[in-house]
Amino acid sequence: MSNRIDLCFDKLKANGEKALITFVTAGDPDIKSTEKYVLSMFENGADIVELGVPFSDPIAEGVTIQKASLRSLNAKTTLDKIFLLVKSLREKTDKPLLLMMYLNTIFVYGTEKFFQNCLNYQIDGVIVPDMPYEEKDEILDTAERYGVYNINLVAPTSHDRVAEIAGNSRGFLYCVSSLGVTGTRSKFDTDFDKFFSLINKSVSCPACVGFGISSPEQAKRMSSYCDGVIVGSAIVKIIEKYGSNAADKVGEFVKSLKDAMK
Amino acid sequence: MGKIGRYGEFGGQYVPETVMNAVNELLAAYEKYKDDEGFKAELSNLYKTYANRPSMLYYAQRMTKDLGGAKIYIKREDLNHTGAHKINNVLGQILLAKKMGKKRIIAETGAGQHGVATATVCALMDLECEVYMGSEDMRRQSLNVYRMNLLGAKVTGVDSGTATLKDAINEAMRDWCSNIDTTFYCIGSVMGPHPYPEMVRDFQKIISKEIREQIKKAEGKLPDCVVACVGGGSNAMGAFYDFIKDESVRLVGAEAAGKGVDTDKHAATITKGSVGIFHGMKSLFLQNEYGQIDPVYSISAGLDYPGIGPEHAYLYKTGRAEYVDVTDEEAVLAFEYLSKTEGIIPAIESAHAVAAAMRIAPTMDKDKILVINLSGRGDKDVYSVAKYREVEIDEQ
Repeated sequence: MSNRIDLCFDKLKANGEKALITFVTAGDPDIKSTEKYVLSMFENGADIVELGVPFSDPIAEGVTIQKASLRSLNAKTTLDKIFLLVKSLREKTDKPLLLMMYLNTIFVYGTEKFFQNCLNYQIDGVIVPDMPYEEKDEILDTAERYGVYNINLVAPTSHDRVAEIAGNSRGFLYCVSSLGVTGTRSKFDTDFDKFFSLINKSVSCPACVGFGISSPEQAKRMSSYCDGVIVGSAIVKIIEKYGSNAADKVGEFVKSLKDAMK
Repeated sequence: MGKIGRYGEFGGQYVPETVMNAVNELLAAYEKYKDDEGFKAELSNLYKTYANRPSMLYYAQRMTKDLGGAKIYIKREDLNHTGAHKINNVLGQILLAKKMGKKRIIAETGAGQHGVATATVCALMDLECEVYMGSEDMRRQSLNVYRMNLLGAKVTGVDSGTATLKDAINEAMRDWCSNIDTTFYCIGSVMGPHPYPEMVRDFQKIISKEIREQIKKAEGKLPDCVVACVGGGSNAMGAFYDFIKDESVRLVGAEAAGKGVDTDKHAATITKGSVGIFHGMKSLFLQNEYGQIDPVYSISAGLDYPGIGPEHAYLYKTGRAEYVDVTDEEAVLAFEYLSKTEGIIPAIESAHAVAAAMRIAPTMDKDKILVINLSGRGDKDVYSVAKYREVEIDEQ
């Protein structure tokens, strides 16, 4: 069976489009709202959605997603409830869904049981920001056995490790735009021509860029370097502001991103 | 699982990709310098001339007599410059940072002892220093906050989570992700991604090396038991390490049981924790069934941490070391006891080791020897203990 992520990029490529990948923290402010927001993002042009699994200590996140994680945990969100959310979403959409989560939340749940559930509920991939390539064996075999992609990350500081990481990636390669944690940025210091020429030498799948992309202009510019962009904190900020009434605002914003990338 | 930096199943390098190269760079630098004669001589000279090493091994005669069991010796890490064992590690790491050409040092701190040691050595070596500290800990340890400021460091309060040590580490890691090229993260305990647990232990193992020499000189034999408090576990690793190979030496770590291990207010990671992956390492953590890290509590800001260094998890799993629980109440009693019996006011962290020793020593024969690693001095804790005893002292 083909992974939905591959099918998605094949289709985008055939149409000459770039991928728009959007992120929300699952359960922020509650699971019902998350379902609405995911559907609204898909309706307005998102190609892939990442659901953030809340964690008590999200060390790779900036303040925006830290707060979202806390709101979600305060609403008693658990991984089991997120699987049920995915089950419900799968009755309404066939687009790729990913979980972005810290390794401990997989490990403690039970790696085998976790990926089995991913297959059952039709999660297409996972992004684990605190698992570098060197520790991938913690989950990789199990993930592959259940047909779930482990999305590799590279950063501007990856240097001579880029070739190996990019060369062994599946689904898409998550290219971290700049130093630091997640969150919106007004400018980037990274030399993208250099960064992406290094990546493109060895990458074995589409490459998408994330961290700090917060406006249609940035989405347009960044998508010119690669196969797609990932937008998280800027969307979470809208949810922070509008709470459980953010569906229209989230949809409008996602549409503006997609339009800019056309 | 990755291959390097493992203690059985524990350890590893679970960090974001952005800092992975910095971790590798640090590992390469550490491998290069750890056996370098010049580096070792420089560090050894700093230990001697700046940190006041070797620290004394003191025979606690009155305590021995009073408890009526093993002969008790106290390793006086509290007499080091800055008042705790933390300086041993900080001198090593910051000397290494200098060699690596780093200009800025960041650190986390719980009780403030590691922060003070870091601020001190940054002043000595003319480096920029920023210390992350939970705002709750800043309140509990305001004296140490002021000391760090005096030493020229910037202290940044952390309000997220429980506003204690774990949250300070989270924030220091975020800073490191953002300033990786210029900044060296000076971790204060035997925790975090490899090589930190090994490197910090190596800089602390001088404690057990000295104990071995000193006790052999005093008693002509090895100790029968070594007791140390355990938060992340650096002073305990330092006090245990040289004795791990000597099976006859019983190694005991004292964990903070706060208001009791059957309440939700404790930090007893070994007793109540389970295997997890957090703060760069696979180890034991206090966490719920979904892997969310539990809020923890202890009267001692230095033991108030939901995890433990991976080598301790391994020593526990293999049965080489044992770990006991000490409540706030027992620690305060031991704090008062050592003050009155030996004229030594221990850090409230170290008082946990004293309390464990008070339990163990009477069960041992009189010809046996027990060593307490007194990791720090207690001036910083006088106010909290007075408060615990509901005694009002005017700080003016």
